Amino acid sequence: MVRRLFQGSPIHPMPALKTLSFQGLILTLHEYWSHQGCVILQPYDTEVGAGTLHPATVLRALGNKPWNAAYVQPSRRPSDGRYGENPNRLQHYYQYQVILKPNPADMQDLYLGSLAAIGLDPKLHDIRFVEDDWENPTVGAWGLGWEVWCDGMEVSQYTYMQQVGGLDCTPVAGELTYGLERLAMYVFGVDNVYDLPFNDPASPAPKTYGDVFLENERQQSAYNFEVLDVDMYRRHFEDIEAQVKRVLQARGPQGQALVLPAYDLVLKTSHYFNLMNARGAIAVAERASYIGRIRDLCKACAQAWVDQQEPA
Amino acid sequence: MAQLLLELFSEEIPARMQGNAARELERMARERLTAASLTPERLVSYAGPRRLTLVVEGLPVAQGDVSEELKGPRVGSPPQAIEGFLKKTDLKPDQLMERDGVYYATLTKTGGPTSEIIARMVDEIVRGFPWPRSMRWGNGTLRWVRPLKRILCVFDRQIVPFDIDGIASGDITEGHRFMGNGQPFRACDFTEYREALAGHFVVLDEADRKATILKHAKAACVARGLELVEDEGLLEEVSGLAEWPVPVLGDMDPAFLSLPSEVIRTSMRTHQKYFALRDPKTGLLAPHFLTVANIEASDGGIEIAAGNARVLSARLDDARFFWDEDIKVGFEPWLGKLSGVTFHAKLGTMAQRVERIVALARQIAPLVGADPDKAAEAASLAKADLASGMVGEFPELQGLMGGYYARAAAMDGEIADALRDQYRPMGPSDTVPTAPLSVAVALADKLDTLVGFFSIDEKPTGSKDPYALRRSALGVIRIVLENALRLPMGRLASDDLWGFFADRLKVTLRDQGKRHDLVDAVFALGDDDLVRIVERVEALSAFLATENGANLLTGYKRATNILRAEEKKSGWKNAPSYLRDAEPPEETELRRALQERDPYIRGAIQDERFGDAMKRLAELHGSVDAFFEKVLVNSDIPEERENRLNLLAEVRGLMDQMADFSLVAG
Repeated sequence: MVRRLFQGSPIHPMPALKTLSFQGLILTLHEYWSHQGCVILQPYDTEVGAGTLHPATVLRALGNKPWNAAYVQPSRRPSDGRYGENPNRLQHYYQYQVILKPNPADMQDLYLGSLAAIGLDPKLHDIRFVEDDWENPTVGAWGLGWEVWCDGMEVSQYTYMQQVGGLDCTPVAGELTYGLERLAMYVFGVDNVYDLPFNDPASPAPKTYGDVFLENERQQSAYNFEVLDVDMYRRHFEDIEAQVKRVLQARGPQGQALVLPAYDLVLKTSHYFNLMNARGAIAVAERASYIGRIRDLCKACAQAWVDQQEPA
Repeated sequence: MAQLLLELFSEEIPARMQGNAARELERMARERLTAASLTPERLVSYAGPRRLTLVVEGLPVAQGDVSEELKGPRVGSPPQAIEGFLKKTDLKPDQLMERDGVYYATLTKTGGPTSEIIARMVDEIVRGFPWPRSMRWGNGTLRWVRPLKRILCVFDRQIVPFDIDGIASGDITEGHRFMGNGQPFRACDFTEYREALAGHFVVLDEADRKATILKHAKAACVARGLELVEDEGLLEEVSGLAEWPVPVLGDMDPAFLSLPSEVIRTSMRTHQKYFALRDPKTGLLAPHFLTVANIEASDGGIEIAAGNARVLSARLDDARFFWDEDIKVGFEPWLGKLSGVTFHAKLGTMAQRVERIVALARQIAPLVGADPDKAAEAASLAKADLASGMVGEFPELQGLMGGYYARAAAMDGEIADALRDQYRPMGPSDTVPTAPLSVAVALADKLDTLVGFFSIDEKPTGSKDPYALRRSALGVIRIVLENALRLPMGRLASDDLWGFFADRLKVTLRDQGKRHDLVDAVFALGDDDLVRIVERVEALSAFLATENGANLLTGYKRATNILRAEEKKSGWKNAPSYLRDAEPPEETELRRALQERDPYIRGAIQDERFGDAMKRLAELHGSVDAFFEKVLVNSDIPEERENRLNLLAEVRGLMDQMADFSLVAG
């Protein structure tokens, strides 16, 4: 039996945060979702554009086995780089991702409980579920749900995933994605992401988000926009695309398809595509074709994953 | 007579789907109740963020009894056949009726209780509801727009028992998500339901939510000496986002007012769903906004106003960043980027599209009174803003931003206006550009789109018009007509594209109440000058509205019927009619009347004085009528007959200068 901090509504505001820091926010969410019985995972060690792409969501959303997990996922969106000069945009940022399969009937209440846990009182703040149909064409996935607004700020994406890799999700997985920097800026009343307190401001060596990541934003932006070698990434893309097909035909020691390493390769193609796109090297027509190629690889992985699931 | 109350309570329903969902719920219920012979006195439906509600008044508690006659075997059939029929109908032999040598059985079916019919009806409605997009949730297979949580269904104050995919019907519902005590409550009829909802901070009726929003929004504005910029579409949307709508007025840093007002309003509306406010004294945008919250906050809305203000600031900061960057970058680098942007796989890049628009603008300019070089220059800059940061963020500001950036770069004012106006008119309520340079570029933009997509056979079919070609064609038509531009459209468009324009123009004229047969009669002339076509249709309408005009039309019809029959026989050769000895005076008179008016009428049509031409034409009706009354066309003397046919052909020929009257009804 899962022990729950909140037995559905009504939702009571949590005591104030233990620390007013970015990492405190993450720890609070970890603690909250851990209490809901989630597996708390660590970030995936391959570049991804969003927390959804972690195999713990994309692959685990398929098949009929229950799966509840939460994790932080560093996400890379090369096009959003601003050389560290924009207070709101980053090419590397954190998403907090929760996946609950099958989605529990009180998932909205659980979610609202997590907002209360980080100090957002729904009797003081205007919390709204605003239509947002989610779709990720590169992984052939879609779902229905909302962007969740707090006083007009989008603080999360809430989705009932219907399909991944072109395959039906049965049962349906509920997915929550919190944009951590934005949420933290809102909760702490900070207007510039680089001013966010990363650790406890009262600690012996207090660090801001800028202390940790500003230089990374500058260097990565310069690399993404000016330095990266498009031809190399084109070649890598083609090479890896061929490899995925080869890997999926190979078999492991128990006769299984090697879906997990194949999917790691697919993530590489997705990241290389994002890099080339940021460099402005992909024309509009070419874009659709690249996305289609990644989706085909992803579908092949999804199918292989479902094929090797044992009945629950 | 009893009342049915049904509520389908779910997680948040998209605002844009609510209105239609309420209508569908009402329709589906009405159809099913009527089909079950349960005609209700009144049906009303409501939709809100978390619920669809249906109230049906005046339902009988049970269906009436239905009797049905069943035909059986013939009298004297083998006993097995008669026994079989008795078994099937569960009757005794003396209960059968005999008519025309055949047995009949009268079966009376007792009507079912209404609640059973309601239970079936709700099941069908839920499983077959036409949401634009629906979803599954959890382990279930049921589909709804978002997870369905509860079904309240009471008839005559009693729960109608049923279960749909594990959701049992009941008499319980919930109020506002955050306000009130959060406890579910019971409702056994509509009055209780509506009151209990209000007590739990839910305004059931969308009309009431809208009225509340407007009332409180205006009051909040007045208190601050401001005026609400009303926006019906936005009001509709926000009233679907709050069960307990509470307008909250917030402040914006006045420094942002240096941004173009369209940028501020687009950012407020599309991103944040805020109403804009203006200063009633100046009519200009005021540094405030109005959001509609879903709660009466415990601090009176201070946090909500402050939070929303910060979000808006971040949005506008972003917009200002784009504005500043865009002004620094300028047109040249943007133009360079257009060669890397595909317009359409088969129609090349945006840079190639610009080249085509430049050539078109240069060609059109002299026809609309614009300078060709300047038109070419404006056209060459027209698509640059697509590469700007601002348009990347707000695609709906395309063109408009080009205009602003051209002014900021101290370009020629006419060129800036042409960039701003190139996509206009953007809808039926938008005005058309009138400055010659703007007209040239706006026409070139639309014509290139139309010519391009027609050349690759991407024409609109039925309801599918992915490139909005109908809107482009209508835009061209409105620009041409409202500026009274004389353009040979046939030369600018291929045959099938001209046909498309013609169809659009016909639709437009019909929408204005012009008879479609008159439109067809004018189009049959093969003219490709839109202004002239419309003037002809108008003159023709006026002409046929007069008694003389209507009479002449009758004469024309009579003449053409005779001529057509003759043309089929093909014995007759058309030649000029001449004065013959001893012809009846009516024949001479018609020829005279015709010859007298012919030069004037042709001249007037040439000069496009269609009203004058029609007036003179109408004068012929007396001579035509007299001719038909006194003169026998079908004379025994072949020369006489032919001469009269020729005279009628002359009447027809002159009238056909104006329109093909054979296509006019009547």
